[in-house]
Amino acid sequence: MNWSIATVVDVLAETDRTVSIVLGVPGWPGHRAGQHVDVRLTAEDGYQAQRSYSIASAPDDDALVLTVERLDDGEVSSYLAGELRAADELELRGPIGGYFVWDGSFGGPLMLIGGGSGIVPLRAMLRHRVAAAGAVPVRLLYSARTLAEVIYKDELLAAAQEPGVDVRFALTREQPDGWDGYDRRVDRDLIADAAWAPADRPLVYVCGPTAFVEVAADALVSLGHEPGRIRTERFGPTGR
Amino acid sequence: MLDGNAIAGTLSAAFGGDMTLVVSTCGGCGARGPLAETAVYLRGPGLVVRCRSCDSVLVVVVERDGRYCVDIRGVAELRGSPTMPTVP
Repeated sequence: MNWSIATVVDVLAETDRTVSIVLGVPGWPGHRAGQHVDVRLTAEDGYQAQRSYSIASAPDDDALVLTVERLDDGEVSSYLAGELRAADELELRGPIGGYFVWDGSFGGPLMLIGGGSGIVPLRAMLRHRVAAAGAVPVRLLYSARTLAEVIYKDELLAAAQEPGVDVRFALTREQPDGWDGYDRRVDRDLIADAAWAPADRPLVYVCGPTAFVEVAADALVSLGHEPGRIRTERFGPTGR
Repeated sequence: MLDGNAIAGTLSAAFGGDMTLVVSTCGGCGARGPLAETAVYLRGPGLVVRCRSCDSVLVVVVERDGRYCVDIRGVAELRGSPTMPTVP
């Protein structure tokens, strides 16, 4: 798999800390919902840094989109989500990954559980499900600290109006007045309430910070969900 | 800490196809699972893959000038084969 040059078409602010980067990639072969790309930056002195980012766009979309959260100590993310502008170029390779992937043919019901920027690959899956107008029932449980930190908020609320699509938010730190969603962290009780019953045999994708993923995956297994139908992906800092 | 999904690109470059679905058996404790589920640390000279159960080092990959040096002494078995990227 070789590196190729992508051109930034647009940079869209999503939240205070996240941007969506719309890319033009000559010869892009297409991707599956949930896959990644690697992005490599090279400094003038030759120093290189590379990171893996989930693809935010659906296979059905026209352009390749990455959504990047700016981490405080992120040497790559602070550039991508701070300094990058339209017409800039990036080195990129992909699409990559066959594990955290959902194809329409996999069926469902489809249960998506995301924490923070862990929503990104789940958004690609949800968009894919909506674009294909399939009959697979899908439910998204998305945990964020505040409503202002919810990425793709308007899009997710619009998707929730589609038949067979159910979107639920858990706001852990601050809730607006009159909030009727969850107002606490995702735990076993919350998942028992929000997810399909194990007897419905949902296909479950969990993505978020490591601690979030561990709690959710352990809760799912303890509730009786089949481990083989749970797929996880952990986001976080690159060190310990 | 990340997981094996985050190094799919490097493993793919080193092994010639996607490795995230390949099942590894830990040489330390015998725990088995897809490489996607392993614990991954990137803040070193190379990338380090550890067993999620016992923390043993499974795989170390160092890249230099486009060449990969892959140490898999910590793995008792790799089951499955790299899969080429597929597009529906």
